[in-house]
Amino acid sequence: MMVLWQSFVELVHELMPWYDGSIATILIILIKAIALVMPLMLVVAYFTYAERKVIGYMQLRIGPNRVGPKGWLQPIADALKLMTKEIIFPTKANIYLFLLAPILAIAPAIAVWAVIPFDEGIYVANLDISLLYVLAIGSIGVYGIILAGWASNSKYPLLGALRSASLLVSYEIVIGFALVTVVMIAGSVNLNDIVMAQKGGILHWYWIPLFPMMIIFFISALVETNRAPFDVVEGESEIVGGTHVEYSGMTFAVFFLAEYANMILMAVLAVIMFFGGWHSPFEGIPFMESMFAWVPGIIWLLAKTTFFMFLYLWIRATFPRFRYDQIMRLSWKVFLPWTIAWIFVVALMTQLKIGPWF
Amino acid sequence: MTFDQILFYVFSFWFIASSLAMIFSRNAAKAVLFLILSFFSAASIWILLEAEFLAITLILVYVGAVMVLFLFVIKMLNIDKSTLRAKFAGYLPLGLLVAAIIIAEMTLVLGGNQFGLDVIAAPARHAADYSNITVLAMQLYTTYIYPFELAAVLLLIAIIAAITLVHRNESTRKKQSISEQVSVQAKDRMRLVSIASPKKENK
Repeated sequence: MMVLWQSFVELVHELMPWYDGSIATILIILIKAIALVMPLMLVVAYFTYAERKVIGYMQLRIGPNRVGPKGWLQPIADALKLMTKEIIFPTKANIYLFLLAPILAIAPAIAVWAVIPFDEGIYVANLDISLLYVLAIGSIGVYGIILAGWASNSKYPLLGALRSASLLVSYEIVIGFALVTVVMIAGSVNLNDIVMAQKGGILHWYWIPLFPMMIIFFISALVETNRAPFDVVEGESEIVGGTHVEYSGMTFAVFFLAEYANMILMAVLAVIMFFGGWHSPFEGIPFMESMFAWVPGIIWLLAKTTFFMFLYLWIRATFPRFRYDQIMRLSWKVFLPWTIAWIFVVALMTQLKIGPWF
Repeated sequence: MTFDQILFYVFSFWFIASSLAMIFSRNAAKAVLFLILSFFSAASIWILLEAEFLAITLILVYVGAVMVLFLFVIKMLNIDKSTLRAKFAGYLPLGLLVAAIIIAEMTLVLGGNQFGLDVIAAPARHAADYSNITVLAMQLYTTYIYPFELAAVLLLIAIIAAITLVHRNESTRKKQSISEQVSVQAKDRMRLVSIASPKKENK
């Protein structure tokens, strides 16, 4: 095995004499990326199953239960169906942009995961500016939707894309300001440092000093990911299916994957920013801490994330859709003043050193 | 050639190619997309220069917000190409003159004799734990605090000016009161009238 590896490395150096680093670095990054993306896609698949089941039970139905035991193979069947389905191109569509749009939607949705820390030292990349990276790359995802709407050359997708563009631009500002308060307390834009700064039990997490920001962040996350009750971009009852009208088969499935990957990302971000990331909630409590000391941090992170993912489904099953102009008003006239006011509150709290957070 | 240099040439090639494609593409939406690609290439070159914060800010602000609005506006516009072409010939001499002046100025300022390793030494590589954003913040909030705040005030004035521009004709503007809409009751909107049912005459 080692001999094989050695000869492989030699071959690489021979083929690429300009490459002076170790080829192992690139391979390790590649393996890390695959180890991240494969489970992510699996979680996305089963998140759709969970969504149908949970909403089914909330509406006194059973949900999918035909494929496999208790419907467990339903997402696999869905994936197979979408893969074998024909992709229909509208005659007047711009084919290149039409195909580029789903790629532009999924690529940032996956690329963002590179900087997410799952446990102490478990990440693909430890960027110094990882929070800004998440915001920057996350904001590119909107091009997928805008281009899908434009390239389809059809009226409902265009309306959906226009809605999406204006919503995302307004709510990105709100999310940015809400996260500025976190950065002010943690004193870093590195996600690792933000989680490390929340060490020391449930009372040290940032959801207490930043409670309004947490609510605002989560609601804005619902808008950013086009989820009910803010799913006006798709809005079946108003604009048929929004940007996805002309998409079929795998091109539609890619949009679907991107949307769910973004949802899970927002849940993880909420946990990292406001709920102590991988830290155990029992830290600092005498008996509980030692009792749960064996649980690895990644389990806590995933458990907290699962709760937020459930919240998405819960909210979807509970609230009727917002009117479009009211969503805009919520962003500019309610959330934005609140976030700016809270920046001053946090500035005061940091200066006066209130609570265990500063 | 080192790996850095190869990356630099790849990104530079994409930068120049996408910029040219942006200028020469006839479709406005495609031009915006090429502009986005050139922003990305510029950001990548900045990352090679260890200016991560600037690079990410370029993507966050220009790609994430400004270009979205550009695309938004382009979708709303109905550009008539024939009128554009008709005006093109009339503006051509003036355009050529302006282009010549700009090219002359840029060769003077950005010409090859201003750059190169013998004029400006290559920046020193920093260690892996070097924090670009901390250094930048220290400079910005201590040494350059007054220029920084002046720029902020300038932006604030721009925001206020833009809002005042669209806030004209305050008295004639149609507004909706959200609190009224939210607190509306069924009886405000709907009147139930009991109408005596007509007698069934023919059985």
